[in-house]
Amino acid sequence: MNYAKLIILGLVALFAAIATNWGHDLAYRVHAFLILVIASGLFIWTLRRTDEPPSAPINGDIYFDGVIRAGVIATAFWGIAGFLVGTFIAFQLAFPALNFDWGQPFTNFGRLRPLHTSAVIFAFGGNALIATSLYVVQRTSAARLWGGNTAWFVFWGYQLFIVLAATGYLLGATQSKEYAEPEWYVDIWLTIVWLAYLAVFLGTIFKRREKHIYVANWFFLSFIITVAMLHLVNNISIPVSIWGSKSVQIFSGVQDAMTQWWYGHNAVGFFLTAGFLGMMYYFVPKQAGRPVYSYKLSIIHFWALIFLYIWAGPHHLHYTALPDWASTLGMVFSIILWMPSWGGMINGLMTLQGAWDKLRTDPIMRMFVLSLGFYGMSTFEGPMMSIRAVNSLSHYTDWTIGHVHSGALGWNGMITFACIYFLTPKLWGRAKMYSESAINWHFWLATLGIVLYAASMWVTGIMEGLMWREVDDQGFLVNSFADTVSAKFPMYVVRGLGGVLFLSGALIMCWNMWMTIRGAKPANAPLPARNPNAVPAE
Amino acid sequence: METYSLLREFADSWVLLAMFGFFLGAAIWAFLPSQNSAREDASQIPFRNDIPPSKCAGTCADCASKAVDDKMKGLRNV
Repeated sequence: MNYAKLIILGLVALFAAIATNWGHDLAYRVHAFLILVIASGLFIWTLRRTDEPPSAPINGDIYFDGVIRAGVIATAFWGIAGFLVGTFIAFQLAFPALNFDWGQPFTNFGRLRPLHTSAVIFAFGGNALIATSLYVVQRTSAARLWGGNTAWFVFWGYQLFIVLAATGYLLGATQSKEYAEPEWYVDIWLTIVWLAYLAVFLGTIFKRREKHIYVANWFFLSFIITVAMLHLVNNISIPVSIWGSKSVQIFSGVQDAMTQWWYGHNAVGFFLTAGFLGMMYYFVPKQAGRPVYSYKLSIIHFWALIFLYIWAGPHHLHYTALPDWASTLGMVFSIILWMPSWGGMINGLMTLQGAWDKLRTDPIMRMFVLSLGFYGMSTFEGPMMSIRAVNSLSHYTDWTIGHVHSGALGWNGMITFACIYFLTPKLWGRAKMYSESAINWHFWLATLGIVLYAASMWVTGIMEGLMWREVDDQGFLVNSFADTVSAKFPMYVVRGLGGVLFLSGALIMCWNMWMTIRGAKPANAPLPARNPNAVPAE
Repeated sequence: METYSLLREFADSWVLLAMFGFFLGAAIWAFLPSQNSAREDASQIPFRNDIPPSKCAGTCADCASKAVDDKMKGLRNV
């Protein structure tokens, strides 16, 4: 086994060394050098362990939590990085002088913006999804993760993907597809890592010792499979050269646009919704100490969401070259989608039935409830904005940005923070988080930050939309584009301040995690014993 | 017939019907009374497997896992 690894690592290192020398562009050469360093390091590390007596066998009777501990820390780390870049680019929009001359072209808004979106969605959200899904699938299957160290490959492979994507953006490698900016070799790497993730998850489900597959795992599985499908189709491109980062898309024109927004909207639907609903269906009942409100509803919720979301993408392309029937189809499905979304929200909220007092006493529960509230709000706002008439006002304005952030900060951010607060003490064998009042501070800072953010973006977005369409009695446009930009200045400052509040809340969380983890030993959670006489719960 | 029209025809008829049928089937299945106990069992999964049963056979009165199960009784709306 080690010999095969050594051969592969050696070949990769050799190829990367040649690529560093022959690469056509800066991003490609930097990445090749990075791969060269990593592959050589791993080669030496593996070589030193080859033909050595095997170390102590791994205890297979405990849950595989090491990778989850790493995932929780990575989530917090990338969260801070992503929020920091987001806050910075928010101020860049308010104060263009922050596009420093000395940092051009690497630190201008155009390159930092995809860094921000990928850092929060794929690095922060993705690590949270990987960590929680691997935690939940073990607990609800009563089985250790399948595939041994494959889970570690998934974790480190995913971090490498993030680093390659992020440095690529700064160095100018992008295929210009929103939320799918990484170039072809990064896409190929992510495909390998993602298939390994699918194998670990499915393998664990296959060897489960519970009769049923708990509903959270359905959501996680649909997220993993659909993201694999979306990623493959949207990234069909041909590299210009194997020694360069540039590639050319197979699709062109409106087909390309439709493929992109089929991908883009389902990245929201399956990455940021289905996956996070998987978290909800496990952690909300856990934290409330009660089973989910209605298991029937959760089944309907799952299938309705899966069947409807995949059609909603064309609402991003109203009034374009896309045929009318297609954008109408997208609009209608977006509106129908409101129902399963609210069904899921109700299912989560009503899980607290009879335990509403926890809202007063348990700040983690409060975070879960707030995140569900924001989920409900943005899944109402989204269908409304997908209506063609509303979209003609909202499209290309900051209303869209406000909508995305009420979903991303409110729903994804808050539920992730709550899961981190749930997991950290459990994974490091502590009774609870170090400071409860710090969780409260985080809750209020983040909430206030989101309110400032969303409110200012509503105001500025609708104002901007109205200014763009304002005509005088002669039929001439009243405002130039620059007029709208200067009118938006105060709201941009308020939005930046909202970001500062959200970021400070997350920093308090990191301090709280540090104090909880400090000096603690990793907790080893044992698997349920195999009792031959026990009747499987049926 | 060109590929697009052929596929479009197929998607608009049989595939649409098949998908809608599958969805209806799933929805009916979700409400089947015979699946009541299965749903109830599945909804309890998060509350098992945290505490290793090896340390507790579920016989003592204050057994943690049993207490959880008893506490859940009557809360179920599956």
